[in-house]
Amino acid sequence: MKALVPIKRVADFNARIRVRPDGTGVDLANIKMSANPFDEIALEQAVRLREAGGVSEVIAVSIGSAQCRDVLRSALALGADRAILIRSDLTLEALAIAKLLATLVRAEGIGLAILGKQAIDDDAGQTGQMLAALLGWPQATFASSVELQGASAKVTREVDGGLQTIEVNLPAVITADLRLNTPRFVGLPAIMKAKQKPIEERDAESCGVSLGARLCVLRTEEPPTRKAGVMVKTVADLVDKLRLEAGVL
Amino acid sequence: MAILLLAEHDGSVLLDQTARALAAALEIGSDVDILVAGKDIGAVAETAAGLAGVRTVLKADADDLDHQLPEAIAALVLQLAEGYDTIAAPATSLGKSAMPRVAALLDVMQISDVIAVLAPDTFKRPIYAGNAIQIVQSSDARRVLTVRTSAFAPVAATGAAAIETVAFAPAEARSRFIEEQRGKSARPELGAARIVVSGGRALGSAENFQTRVVALADVLGAAVGASRAPVDEGYAPNDWQVGQTGKIVAPELYIAVGISGAIQHVAGMKDAKTIVAINSDANAPIFQYADYGLVGDLFELVPQLTAALAQTRS
Repeated sequence: MKALVPIKRVADFNARIRVRPDGTGVDLANIKMSANPFDEIALEQAVRLREAGGVSEVIAVSIGSAQCRDVLRSALALGADRAILIRSDLTLEALAIAKLLATLVRAEGIGLAILGKQAIDDDAGQTGQMLAALLGWPQATFASSVELQGASAKVTREVDGGLQTIEVNLPAVITADLRLNTPRFVGLPAIMKAKQKPIEERDAESCGVSLGARLCVLRTEEPPTRKAGVMVKTVADLVDKLRLEAGVL
Repeated sequence: MAILLLAEHDGSVLLDQTARALAAALEIGSDVDILVAGKDIGAVAETAAGLAGVRTVLKADADDLDHQLPEAIAALVLQLAEGYDTIAAPATSLGKSAMPRVAALLDVMQISDVIAVLAPDTFKRPIYAGNAIQIVQSSDARRVLTVRTSAFAPVAATGAAAIETVAFAPAEARSRFIEEQRGKSARPELGAARIVVSGGRALGSAENFQTRVVALADVLGAAVGASRAPVDEGYAPNDWQVGQTGKIVAPELYIAVGISGAIQHVAGMKDAKTIVAINSDANAPIFQYADYGLVGDLFELVPQLTAALAQTRS
């Protein structure tokens, strides 16, 4: 069974994000870009499933500009067998991404798609579920453990009330939560070796799906700032302030 | 301009998120129907019918809707979608799982985590862990959205809507519920609590978490939260995690104990009305967000605070 793992190139989780003063978006100039952390967890899981024998091949795919080659190189270094770049210079929304991924799933005969549960840039959290719906597949979102059992997968999910375990028939979409695994450390030899591997390239425009944006971003704003607080010296001071000043006790 | 809102419930009780998401829906338009889906959910539907401003409660009670698996919920919503311009759900585990399926099959781009309604097609939503706010306008004929419930106050329970039964025609199920481990406690639910006490990495163990953070929460009648580290280390359950990828809370009072204040955690609590931070590191970023900061050893300060509050409350 082939597994597909999409990798999104996003601002690094440690980067300081600033809104452009003219409200046209966030300023990503000189910001370090990395693979979306949840996508790395998804990839690690796919590689582990291949190592355990349930998956035959792990294909990493990124959709975007030529710069996405960086995150695909990292994916190959971590253990992906193949990497595909679907080129587009448009800003693509989750719906368009899901449609592009669905064409790839069909073309490659994918049996399991593992995605990050959300990207840490737009925080939308939609692509995996949309992909599952477009393919008519079941889904297991927010996975904290995955066990392949022949024609199905047993997945434990992190849900609002605690943990839920479900079984999904394969083919299926799984989205990775934080506790699914800790991606392995990738050493220099693996990075050097990954540089030799080819990255297949396709053009998003030629995939036969509509890519146009449905949402128009009218403006991007700074979030409201909190007024500066005060430091208190003792627990007694704190209790007084909470009772008399804040009135929350 | 009719709106369909998916109710959030736990199988027996309607949860607070529904009344909050309803407030958002009523800002979009006045014809709001609430869909209550599940098995043996008559009482939940009754509660939903009591929320102010609801036009009709649609009750779908079926074996195939037990445990509210997103494939079945999405299929049910799609059966009903024809009559609505807007389909909304609270941004809960269920809403986040089911609504993108609905959106994709309606060929609509979903708007996730709405924090303000500016017009029926224009919304505010946070991006980059709340470090920026986008104002987005949808050009789709129908809108599908999830609502960040901490951004809306719940509507009152002063309504008396009619309840209609809707039939569910299930497709062959390809996912099955196996089991659930729910944290049982008498404490208020994290997303709805007036006071939240959260612990971080500095607690270091389950025992410390219990004797410091949980003990303080108990004195205050507060919900318990955590930053990522205690959950990763296994001494706090996953449903306590507050942050960008966990729960988003906006209580009256948030007490952060031994939490450094990474942006991923701050994203989940910075809309609290009053924030208290207790940390041994005077330079910890959490103090930039705190209304009241107390620098020192939490293992001394938190028991002192617990004792002082126990005294004032008794």
